[in-house]
Order: sequence, then C-alpha cells, then structure tokens
Amino acid sequence: MALLEVDGLVARYGRITALDGISLTVDEGEIVTLIGANGAGKTTTLRAISGLVRPAAGAIRFAGRDTSKLAPNDVVRAGISHAPEGRHVFPRMTVRENLELGAYTRSVTSEIAEDLERVLGIFPRLKERYTQKAGTMSGGEQQMLAIARALMSRPRVLLLDEPSLGLSPKLVQTIFEVIRDINRRGTTILLIEQNARQALAVASRGYVLEVGRIAHAGAAAELAASEAVRAAYLGGAA
Amino acid sequence: MTVRLPAPLRTPIGQAALAFAVAIALPFIGHNGGFTNFLADAGAFVLLALGLNIVVGFAGLLDLGYAAFFAIGSYAFAMLASPQFGIHLPFWVLLFVASGIAAVFGILLGAPTLRLRGDYLAIVTLGFGEIVPQTFLNLAQWTGGPNGIGSLDQPTIGSYKFGFDALPYYFMVLGLIALAVWLANNMRASRLGRAWMAIREDELAAAHMGINTTATKLAAFAMGASFSGLAGCALASKLQLVSPDQFGFNVSVFILAMLVLGGMGNIPGVIVGSLILSALERFILPQGTNFLHGLGFTSVDLSNSRFLIYGVILVMMMLFRPEGLIPSHQRKAELHAADDDARIAGREQTLYTEAVR
Repeated sequence: MALLEVDGLVARYGRITALDGISLTVDEGEIVTLIGANGAGKTTTLRAISGLVRPAAGAIRFAGRDTSKLAPNDVVRAGISHAPEGRHVFPRMTVRENLELGAYTRSVTSEIAEDLERVLGIFPRLKERYTQKAGTMSGGEQQMLAIARALMSRPRVLLLDEPSLGLSPKLVQTIFEVIRDINRRGTTILLIEQNARQALAVASRGYVLEVGRIAHAGAAAELAASEAVRAAYLGGAA
Repeated sequence: MTVRLPAPLRTPIGQAALAFAVAIALPFIGHNGGFTNFLADAGAFVLLALGLNIVVGFAGLLDLGYAAFFAIGSYAFAMLASPQFGIHLPFWVLLFVASGIAAVFGILLGAPTLRLRGDYLAIVTLGFGEIVPQTFLNLAQWTGGPNGIGSLDQPTIGSYKFGFDALPYYFMVLGLIALAVWLANNMRASRLGRAWMAIREDELAAAHMGINTTATKLAAFAMGASFSGLAGCALASKLQLVSPDQFGFNVSVFILAMLVLGGMGNIPGVIVGSLILSALERFILPQGTNFLHGLGFTSVDLSNSRFLIYGVILVMMMLFRPEGLIPSHQRKAELHAADDDARIAGREQTLYTEAVR
C-alpha cells in the first residue's frame, strides 16, 4: 500500500478549477516528482495535501488514514512536512530559532536535540550561520534552512515546492544532492520542480501535470526519454 | 564613560525588583494625594498597555478597538458589584470573573477577524471599538445609559475598606502590574509566545510549522483582553463609576500610542511609554500651559490640543525611532529590514558572480 495516496482530487478557487481529478501515489522511501508548467496545479496539489486548500472532491490518504479534512497543524503532526515555494523562512529570527519552530509539534527535547544535530550534519552551512538572522542569508542558504526546518518535524513524507527556484546553477546542484541525501536517510519525498531534467534525474517516478490533470505518469527514466515530455518540458532535443 | 551597575542590578530580575521598590516608595516621596491618585490611574493604563502589547506587540495583530475590552471588563465589574442589580460579589473574586468575561469577549470579537490581516483587521477592530461603548450606552435598562453605573463596591481586605484614598488602590494596581509582567514575560518565552512571534513574522510559514494559527491568534486576543479586565476592575472600583464615555476611540489610540512610543513587544518599553504618556496628559501639558500663560500666551491650552501633540509625537517616533524608546531586539530588526535587504542583495550578487565564474 502506498504511503501517500491522492485519489480523484478536485480543488477550486472560487469558480476556477485548479485541480480536476488528480490521482497519484507515493510509496515509502521513494522520491516522486510532479512536473509541469506554471499554473498547472502543482502547488495547489501540495497545498491540498498539507490541508491549506480544502479539496472540493477526492481523497487524500496518508499511511491508510484519510487526511483530506485535517487542519494544517494536524497534517504536520500526522507526519507530512511541507517546505513551501519561496522559502518562507522567518526572516528576523535566527537560524536556530527557525529550526526550533520546525520542531513546534514535538515535545521530547532529547529527540529534538538529536534531530538538530542531524539536520546540521546535512547542512553544515547552517551550523556556521547558527545565530545569524535568517533574512540576512543568501537565497541558497535560506532554501537550505527551509528544508532543514521542514525536517525538524521528523516527517515521514517531505513535500518540496520548487526548491531550486532562483538559485545559481552551482547551488541547484547542491540542493539536488541534499534531496538525494535526505531520501537515502529514509525520508520519502514528493518534489515539485520547474527544473524537470534535474527532478527526473533524482526521482524514481514522475507525474506530468497539465492544467489540473495528470497528462503523463511513469518511471522517471521513461518520462525523461518520452518524446512528448521532452518536447514540452525538457527543451526539445537533449 | 559608562556607569557600571552593581552585579545584582545587571540581571533583568534585579532591575525589575529595583523598579518595583522605587514604585512602592514613590507615593511617600512627595506625600501628595494628587500624585498618588495619578500613580494609581497611570498604573491601570500600564496594565492596559501590557495587555494590548500581547495582541499587537507579540502576535502582530493590529487592534484599534482595545478599549472595548476595557469597557467590558469595567462593566462586568460594575454590574456584579453595585446596587444596579443588588449583586455584591467580593472584589477579589470579580478580578478573575471580569478578566474571564473580557477574555471570552476577546475570543468572540477575535473570531470574525481571524481571516483578516493588516489594514482589514485594523478596520474591523476599530468597528468593535465603536460598537461596544455604543451598546453599553443604549442598553440603558441594564447599564444606566449615559449616566453609567455608580456607587460601585470598594475592595476590602478583611475588615479594612479601601475607601476614597488613592494609596491602597495604587498598591493593588502595582501588585496587578507585577502579576501582569510575570504572566506576559512567561507567555513570551513559552511555546505559545514563540507561536505568536512566528505568526507575526510569516503566518503561512507558521501554519507549515504545525502551529494552529486560529487557536494561537484567539489566545492572543483572549490574553490581551483579560489584562484589560484587571485594569477595568481596578479603575472602576477606584472611580466608583463606569460610564460609556470612558472607553472611546481616543482611549484605544492612547494605549496604542504608549506601545509605539515605548517599543512594541518589549515589556519595559511598554511600561515606560505608558508612564510617559500618562504623565504628559496629567502633568506636563497642564504645567506647560501654565508656563505659557505666565509668559503671556494666555490663549494657549496645551491640554486641549493633546491629541495634536500625541500625533506629533507619533510622527516623530515613526521618522526617527520607529522601534520605540526601548525596543525589543526582534522589532528593531523588523523595522530596519531595509538595511538587511540591501545586505542580502549584496551577498546574492557575490554568490552569483562566484557561481557563474
């Protein structure tokens, strides 16, 4: 059984239908990517999973439990953590305070301290900036902080929304290496990316979203090789 | 040259203890009934400012109708400790009851504003600030209408009655301030306090952290309102009267100005700002008027133009020291964000240049 299962998800903003029956599954230990153009509904899908958008129809099941009606804070407690698009770090708080807020839903201090060590191990740069205000860091560092903070709730599934957006090519490489690393350490990942080539390179499976529907689905390597996907999302011949 | 304080006074607790000791001694220095009376009133406004600070300073929810909760706390006391309905509950019980009632109304009036932010929140709270005193004015059969409710019960301790001298009220208010400072300080450092700051910084991110933003914002309204319940009991029992004209928009603005002047989010700052504005209203403006009359400017009345003067103070603060006289570290950072942004832009440029090279 899939760890995370979205079935026939419909979401609307007023009269505009953003998602028109999306179905996808994410198995334990996988990296699954959701690619597609701007406005295809990628972010809305993640927001629905996180409880920030109420689905108009369809089901969201996490570890066998229906989470489609849970409030965002209960979704985090259930084990789904979401690093939103645009980083949204707390700019006037230090790196440390940001990470502590990431563990807001948890209470066992020894476990939190353990996880703090763990994420600082994944992101040594954040250790150097530990007492710095998050808003004074570079975009790449803020993205690392946003991911590290999302890990602090010790999620079973990590939702990543455009983690490479606005970063220099070198930093994009670093971020994708980190995504692989986090996955190897046992966290399941659902990744949204505009950078389809990189996303398909780290993912085991992918879904291509077109105006609120799944247009293609399959193994990442197959999608990367498919003519239709290459033409639309990988810049033609590559 | 800096003056080095003795070791015990370098800790916040030492400084708070010193301030408290000075506050206890104050009424005996001048031994002047008018001054003690001022201290008691100013103390009640310190309580109000500490309450509003939770909502505006900690949680970042701009509330322009805070006087509504002050009115609710005061009327709750007045209705339950006066000949109005013949109910005479003990003062010390009512202190908690009135705070509780104010907190419940904090939740009731907070609930419809939860989805609103910034300007919209300010406008709706402004509306509540107008509705509540109007309601008390119009429910004349219960509230005495424009006359309000009088002959309120005085607090007693054993067989000792507080009477009409301001001194016992002042000590009571001082005790309530100590309680309020202790509560506010603990709340700020608590899980709830961290959730307030997170919402103030970025509400969406706060929701992503698993913070229940609804409950957290309602808690800010409730806690803030409960402080005004304490102030309402203290002031109403001292004045022996509540009437709707004590709770107008100007009171909400007066309290908000205390926060802006002293430093939003910072407890000592809020207390200092509050005392300065109270002193300005009671002493500095009348004395200044007398002084100007002495110089021959007999048509000047500074007290009549006090809102003009508060306005000027607020504008000056915004221009020259937006973080307040005694700022919280975080607020200061928020208000000087432009400098940070420039620094960030510089760093990004450097990193980008490095990356493409």
